[in-house]
Amino acid sequence: MTTPAIETTNLTRRFGDFVAVDAITLSVARGEVFGFLGANGAGKTTAIRMLIGLLAPSDGEATVAGANVRTDPATVRRRIGYMSQRFSLYDDLTVRENVELYGTIYGLSRAEIRSRMTELLERIQLTASRDTLVRQLPLGWKQQLALMVALLHRPEVVFLDEPTGGVDPITRRRFWELIYATAAEGTTVLVTTHYLDEAEYCDRLSIMVDGRIAAMGTPAEVRAQVGVSTLDEVFLTLTRAVAAP
Amino acid sequence: MKLRTIGALMRKEVLQVFRDPPTLVQVLAIPLIQLVVLANAATFDTGATRLLVRDDDRTPASAAMVAELVGSGEFTVVGTAVAPAHIEAVLRRREAAAVLQIPAGFAAAVARGEPTAVQLQINAEEGAVAGLIQQAALAIVERQAGAPSTLEVRQQGWFNPTRRYKDWMVPGILVSLTTIIGLLLTAQSITREKELGTLEQLNVTPVTKGEFITAKLLPFWGIAMGIFTVGLIVSKVVFAIPTVGAVPIVFLAAMVYLSVALGIGLWISTVTQTQQQAMFVAFFVLLIFLLMSGLFTPLEAMPDWAQAVAHANPVMHFVGLMRAVLVRGAGLAEVGPTIVGLGIAGAAVLGLAVMQTRKTLE
Repeated sequence: MTTPAIETTNLTRRFGDFVAVDAITLSVARGEVFGFLGANGAGKTTAIRMLIGLLAPSDGEATVAGANVRTDPATVRRRIGYMSQRFSLYDDLTVRENVELYGTIYGLSRAEIRSRMTELLERIQLTASRDTLVRQLPLGWKQQLALMVALLHRPEVVFLDEPTGGVDPITRRRFWELIYATAAEGTTVLVTTHYLDEAEYCDRLSIMVDGRIAAMGTPAEVRAQVGVSTLDEVFLTLTRAVAAP
Repeated sequence: MKLRTIGALMRKEVLQVFRDPPTLVQVLAIPLIQLVVLANAATFDTGATRLLVRDDDRTPASAAMVAELVGSGEFTVVGTAVAPAHIEAVLRRREAAAVLQIPAGFAAAVARGEPTAVQLQINAEEGAVAGLIQQAALAIVERQAGAPSTLEVRQQGWFNPTRRYKDWMVPGILVSLTTIIGLLLTAQSITREKELGTLEQLNVTPVTKGEFITAKLLPFWGIAMGIFTVGLIVSKVVFAIPTVGAVPIVFLAAMVYLSVALGIGLWISTVTQTQQQAMFVAFFVLLIFLLMSGLFTPLEAMPDWAQAVAHANPVMHFVGLMRAVLVRGAGLAEVGPTIVGLGIAGAAVLGLAVMQTRKTLE
C-alpha cells in the first residue's frame, strides 16, 4: 500500500476562541517513526486526540490508516493502537487479565490472544509476572506493558503520547528498542516526547509551537532549516522566537 | 453488540468489585446490617406511656378502666392526684406523657347510656408518638365505656401496631437499601473510569456505546438482585414478614425495577465527570425518591402536585407493589401494569444512558 499512514490537511481544533491546533498539514509514511515535538500546551495531545477519533476536528481533514477520522472514526479505532500520557490499563487486574480484556475487545480469538500474549510478554520479559496485579509492577514495566497492549491487535498505526515520561534512562533506551522493533514489523509509530535526544531516533519529526508546525523533516533537515547544530538549539530557537514579544 | 466483548467487559467489572475491599463491604455487609438495624428502628412501639390519672369519679367502673389501661402494657400510671391547674406544668416537665381525667358521674352516665366524656391530654411534641398514645388509650377507653361494636373493629387494627408496622416497613426498607446500593454503585462506576483515565483507553477501542452500557449494567444488576434475594430471605426468617402473594411476582418486578434504578445510576455516571459530582446528583435523586416513595409518609398526605411527582417515582411504584403482593396477596393481574410501566421506564432511562455515553470528548 502506498497511501500514507497518516495524512492531515489544515487540521484545526478550536476551544472557544482558543486555537489549540492551527491548520496543521502533515503526512506520515507507513512504517515510519514520526516524532511529534513541542512544548507543554503546544497542541500535541489535542492533535493526537483528533487523529485517534477521540476529539472531533473543528476544521480540516485527517485520514488515519486509510479511514477518515471525521466520517469513519469506528474504522480508525479498529486499525490503530493508542498509549495515553496517563497510564490507563486496569490497575486492579493482572497482566494476563488486561491482555485478555483488550484482546477480546479487538476481536482476537482465544488462540490468537494466547500466542500474542506469549510473544509480547517475552519481548518485555514480563512472562513470569503475568499473574501479577498491574498496580504492583514498577512504572517502567507498566509503561512497556501499556505499549504491548496497544500493539496487541497488530494495529497499522500506533500513537504513543509521551511513553517515556517519568521512566529511568535504561528503560527509555529499552522503550526505543521496542519502538524500532514495532516499526520494523511495518507498524507506523507516531510518538510525542519532551526528550530531544529521543527525537534524534525518529525517522522524521515535527515541532509544534502554539498549535502550528514550526519545522518538519528528518532530524538533519530540521537542524539545517533552523541553521543550528543540535535539536536542543532548534527547539529553543523556535520556541523563543514565538515567546519573545 | 458483540457478546464476547460484553462478556469480557463484564468479567472485568466483577473482578474489580471483588478485588476492592471497600466496594465489597459496601455490597455485602452494609445492606444486611442496615436492614437489621433499620427494621428494628423503624417501629412506633413507644413502650409503656407514663400516664397521670385524675379520677374524680372514683367508682368501680372508672377504676376498672384505669386497670385496663395499665393491664394492656401500653401505660404505666405515674400518679393519681393532680390539680387541673397543674396539668400543663406536669406535661411540660415531662413527668408524664399524658394525663387522663375522668369526670365525676362518668360511671353513672355510662350505666344510663348517656354521652359522657373523659379527657386525655397528650404531649404532642412528637406528633406520631402522640397519635399512637391517643389511639391506644382511645381503644381501651371506648371498650370500657361500652362503645358500639363498629369501633371495636378499628381498635383491633391499631391494637397490635408494632408487629403490623414491621410487616409494612421491612419490604419498603429492603427496596430502599437495594436502590441505594445499586444506584450508588452504578453512578460511581463510569465516573471512576473517567477519573482513572481507563475510559479514554476504552474509547479508542472498537467498543460500542451499547456494549459498554450493557456490560456496566448486568454485573451490578446481578449484585443488586443478590442483595435483594438475601434481604428478602432475612426479612422472612428474621422478621417473619408475611408472604401472602406469589414471591416469583416480587422477583419478576424486582428484576424490572432494578433496570430503572441502575439505569438512573448509569445515566448520572454518563453526565457527570467525577465520582464526587456523581455522588451529589445520586444523593439528590435518592433523597427525593425515598422521601416521596410513600415509605415514610403516606402519599395521601401530600399535596396534589407532590402526589403527581410521586407517581413518576419508580421507588413509589415498587414499594407499593411489594406491599400489595407480600402483605395483601395481590396477583399478576393487579400488579402487571405496574411491572410493564417500570419496564418502559427502564428501557427509556437505559436508552438515555446509551445516548449520553460519549466516545469522544466535549
